[in-house]
Amino acid sequence: MGISGAKRAICLFAVLGLAACSNATGWSDDGFGSGSAAGAGAGAGTGAGALAPNSPAYFQQTIGDRVLFAVDQHDLGPEARTILAAQAGWLNANPEYTLTIEGHADEQGTREYNLGLGARRANAAQEFLVSNGVAASRIKTVSFGKERPLEICSAEACYAKNRRAVTVIAGGFTS
Amino acid sequence: MKQFLAAVLVGAAALLPAPVALAQDGPLRIEITDGVIEPLPFAVPDFVAETGAAADLSMQIARVVAADLSGTGLFREIPASAHISRVTSFDAPVQYADWKAINAQALVTGGVSVNGNRLTVRFNGYDVFGENTLGEGLQFSGNTDGWRRMAHKVSDAIYSRVTGESGYFDSRVVFVSESGPKNERRKRLAVMDYDGANVQYLTNSSAIVLAPRFSPNGDQVLYTSYESGFPQVHVLDITRLQRRILSPNDGIMSFAPRFAPDGRTVVFSQSQGGNTDIYRMDITSGQLVRLTSAPSIETAPSYSPDGSQIVFESDRSGSQQLYVMPANGGEARRISFGNGRYGTPVWSPRGDLVAFTKQNKGRFHIGVMRTDGSEERLLTSSFLDEGPTWSPNGRVIMFTRETQGANGRATLYSVDISGRNLRPVRTPDGASDPAWSPLQN
Repeated sequence: MGISGAKRAICLFAVLGLAACSNATGWSDDGFGSGSAAGAGAGAGTGAGALAPNSPAYFQQTIGDRVLFAVDQHDLGPEARTILAAQAGWLNANPEYTLTIEGHADEQGTREYNLGLGARRANAAQEFLVSNGVAASRIKTVSFGKERPLEICSAEACYAKNRRAVTVIAGGFTS
Repeated sequence: MKQFLAAVLVGAAALLPAPVALAQDGPLRIEITDGVIEPLPFAVPDFVAETGAAADLSMQIARVVAADLSGTGLFREIPASAHISRVTSFDAPVQYADWKAINAQALVTGGVSVNGNRLTVRFNGYDVFGENTLGEGLQFSGNTDGWRRMAHKVSDAIYSRVTGESGYFDSRVVFVSESGPKNERRKRLAVMDYDGANVQYLTNSSAIVLAPRFSPNGDQVLYTSYESGFPQVHVLDITRLQRRILSPNDGIMSFAPRFAPDGRTVVFSQSQGGNTDIYRMDITSGQLVRLTSAPSIETAPSYSPDGSQIVFESDRSGSQQLYVMPANGGEARRISFGNGRYGTPVWSPRGDLVAFTKQNKGRFHIGVMRTDGSEERLLTSSFLDEGPTWSPNGRVIMFTRETQGANGRATLYSVDISGRNLRPVRTPDGASDPAWSPLQN
């Protein structure tokens, strides 16, 4: 819940001070929908001017720190690839940071299988970053299975947001 | 006696073959069919207080015995308000006519004495219509703190004499106690008596803990903890509360640990590069042997009671299914072939069945099948049932049921392997991932 609060604060700032709120609003409303996250990335030069571009907060809120997956799948769709490419760009520009990729599953599955599924998702994100130039030695992966859902309803609207791989910059936000 | 035993055996036999047809019937919650089983009427009058200090315990012990036997679904208690005789002396002859008159087929009487902290419980079981004792009377002694255990031992003896099978009442369950909302759930390892009494917490809630399992003699517990930030396999001595990390701390995720029947070997899963396989570790030397090598998820291993085979789940076919392999690894054969996904297999202590979680058409089920995959029977159905564990006698399964929605909560349930007698197990908070201990000594 802390995360959406933070996002709301960013958007509010943008409403008051800057022009590029529509992108930021879209990003916030649809959670981690990757299309609008890409838009947020495009608007980053203006909308997130308050954040230092090399800060973990900028990475989380402007680049987009998470990608989503289909039910029981771990392959990366076009939207996820767009976000991860942006992540790789940022990570390559800020080589001083290490990162942990957290893989998560929705509640539709047994506990231990979901740990394995989360590990696959984290690994898929890791492999994409590595293939885009991020040193493997900077990356750790961990799976939380279904233990840390972001959304708590038992419906696809929530499940879709819980099936995620989150890139956590060391010293940055966690979810 | 013969008449009494015959009635009981009919009841016991009716438990086994019943639900074959039910496996095909949509919502698979097995209803008790008319006349299939009639619980055996029994009476447990207050035990006789043989010292002044035994007054309270003599009543409480009888209540625990009655709850144990009634809780099986195989027995039905005739309440004290219907009793004609009062038992005022443990050694006095039983008035069979009075118990026949209220149709009590079995009678349990006891005598309790307390001297200081020393508690002694004597009891007898009677076959009322056979006008005979059910085996010889027994006597247990111990500390007064252990009064519930002594009551469970009485119940185990009666159950065993009536059904011809070993009991399961003097046993414990290790589980994960849960509190807080779904997205910030706090989990603690806890242990309790099989009936939910005497809850004791084994860890604090600072780290996620998952899926504990008892060692074969019940003195240690294996579990998965995120204490280091990564899931790792821990082993805990539950009497001394000393624990250590078993899996190497090299950033590789380890989870789903189970003991081998020898108590010196454990198996668990490790995930590396997104691939999850099963490994075996010698608990003293730490030597690690890889048992599966597939690009799929292999997890939830469970040894056969003789230690020769391991049942586990794998999605190597494209979806979660159950497989059996030799304990040293090697070729695995698939045993689950029904519709849907199968996970969390647990080999029964008798060796004859595998309990599992099944997902099909958006529902979760607890089920059992023979170890070759035949005679699959689903015992439960709900939004989310998972993680079966066997009672020490292989008669009853306990599992986690989670309700749906933002206020979803996990609770423990037990069910007979016939699919009958589904009942919640009372715990102070939410509870998940139960694992049943062996019968205590």
